[in-house]
Amino acid sequence: MRAETIERQVARAAWLFLAPALLLIGLFFFLPAAAALVLSLTDFDIYALADIGNARVVGASNYARLIDHPLFWTALKNTFYFALGCGPLTVLVALVAALLVNAPLTRSRTFFRTAYFVPFVTTLVAVAIVWRYLYHKNYGLLNYTLGAFGIEPVDWLGDPTWAMPAIILMAVWKNFGYYMLIFIAGLQAIPRELYEAAELDGASAWRRFLHVTLPQLGPSLVFVGVVVMIGYFQLFAEPYVMTQGGPLKSTTSLVLLMYEEGFRWWRMGFAAAIAFVLFVIILIWTLIQRRLEPKAA
Amino acid sequence: MRRAWQSVLLHVALVAGAVVALLPIVWMIAASFMPTGEATTLPPKFIPSNPTLEHYRAVFTRLDMGRYLLNSTLVALLVTGTSLVINAMAGYAFAKLRFRGRDVTFRVLTAGLMLPVQVVMLPLFLFFKQLGLINTYWGVIIPSMASIFAIFLIRQYATAIPDDLLDAARIDGASEARIFRAVVLPVIIPILATLAIWTFLTTWNDFMWPLIVLSDERRYTLPVALANLLGEHVQDVELMMAGSVLTIMPVLAVFLFLQRYYIRGIMAGSVKG
Repeated sequence: MRAETIERQVARAAWLFLAPALLLIGLFFFLPAAAALVLSLTDFDIYALADIGNARVVGASNYARLIDHPLFWTALKNTFYFALGCGPLTVLVALVAALLVNAPLTRSRTFFRTAYFVPFVTTLVAVAIVWRYLYHKNYGLLNYTLGAFGIEPVDWLGDPTWAMPAIILMAVWKNFGYYMLIFIAGLQAIPRELYEAAELDGASAWRRFLHVTLPQLGPSLVFVGVVVMIGYFQLFAEPYVMTQGGPLKSTTSLVLLMYEEGFRWWRMGFAAAIAFVLFVIILIWTLIQRRLEPKAA
Repeated sequence: MRRAWQSVLLHVALVAGAVVALLPIVWMIAASFMPTGEATTLPPKFIPSNPTLEHYRAVFTRLDMGRYLLNSTLVALLVTGTSLVINAMAGYAFAKLRFRGRDVTFRVLTAGLMLPVQVVMLPLFLFFKQLGLINTYWGVIIPSMASIFAIFLIRQYATAIPDDLLDAARIDGASEARIFRAVVLPVIIPILATLAIWTFLTTWNDFMWPLIVLSDERRYTLPVALANLLGEHVQDVELMMAGSVLTIMPVLAVFLFLQRYYIRGIMAGSVKG
């Protein structure tokens, strides 16, 4: 009898504890997500914004329009260029930084760890503005430094060839510190005996890295690489602040295109279709990630 | 001898890395104190010839950024405070309270982690327009008040609480609310500390949703205000750098003072970027 009342009391308390979170997430996340699918099947535009009666269901025609929309393909290509370029590079830089910080000879480890991590906590919009100036053709620090090596000034953000690499470089700078921490944690979890055994066998530092570190870290390397790219597919603020998607649309990403279509031109039905393409890309990537996820140790 | 050389090389590499990581921030701070025009001279300078506070004065008077600083602080603190309570309650309920439908509810919730937030933005904007939340602080705050990811982390952490502890309190006649406050909260404080810092930083730095929701300049958060200023003041490098310093310093300070709790959380594999 008593046990039963306690059980009921616990169940009631549980739903009360959950209520605020479930209500908020249901109303402001799941419901709009479902509505986005409906929206993408309508011709919702600026007239519908004034009076919803002006919106009509148009079936898949927004998706059909996407296929004929050259800018959509450009944005898709740019997004993949950014994610596939930036992802592996971030992982590589993060790994090298982690190995350096974690090396047995390193002193002031905490200082370097903090220094490398600082870009990650800064405000993206603010540092994107800083980098705009560092990339400036005439007075930017980057061209000045390259000039010392006899390299002609490059108009980093004004040249369609260089704008995306410039944004990639900035994003690597901004994000590598976070993944460095993950790798440091991974490195510290490798049993010391493995290194001691390798050293006894006379293995050089390079061979120890190749035959102990890499195989031990391997699974988390691939995993992090995939996770990193999910974030990079959502590229938005960097081109918004640094290039407005230009020059010649060379840095227009899917999310930037969605923002412009949806919130500048109020073609919200069309923009919702773009959002769903993003969703499908991320869904596929997440499924790949779950495949690769290292078994919980 | 070889070891000494290795050590020198290693530290040269480490210092070079630190220079690259910190140089943009150092330059930003230096440029913000330079007289107008000095940041665009060659060779690039890192020490202002004649340090001045004129840009900070302009930022606070002419550009009214004190107001944006206040807006950002208000939004970030409110989101951090409310979301911590709401997520902690939910995370604990999923971890330790037995009720029908628990596993299904949790599975549906975590499936939502696959949805990119941009998908939600278009309908949410229309929805908020109906509710009169466009151009209000609440319009920025409400969508961040509960987080699937935070609930997930708290649940993971709270699972370690022994059932005996909770049952003993129940037999003593403690209410569920009291158990949560007196028994559960003290145990999950470490994960809440990490999450609090993480939430504050993310909310402060958030750009896209505030940009969409806030149309009246007076309600802008710092990143939105800064991006907006860029249009008119892109040539005023020193001024823009003063605005950037103002935007970054609060989060940098929070991080530097509390990094112990934050970094520990990330190293334990909890918080994502």
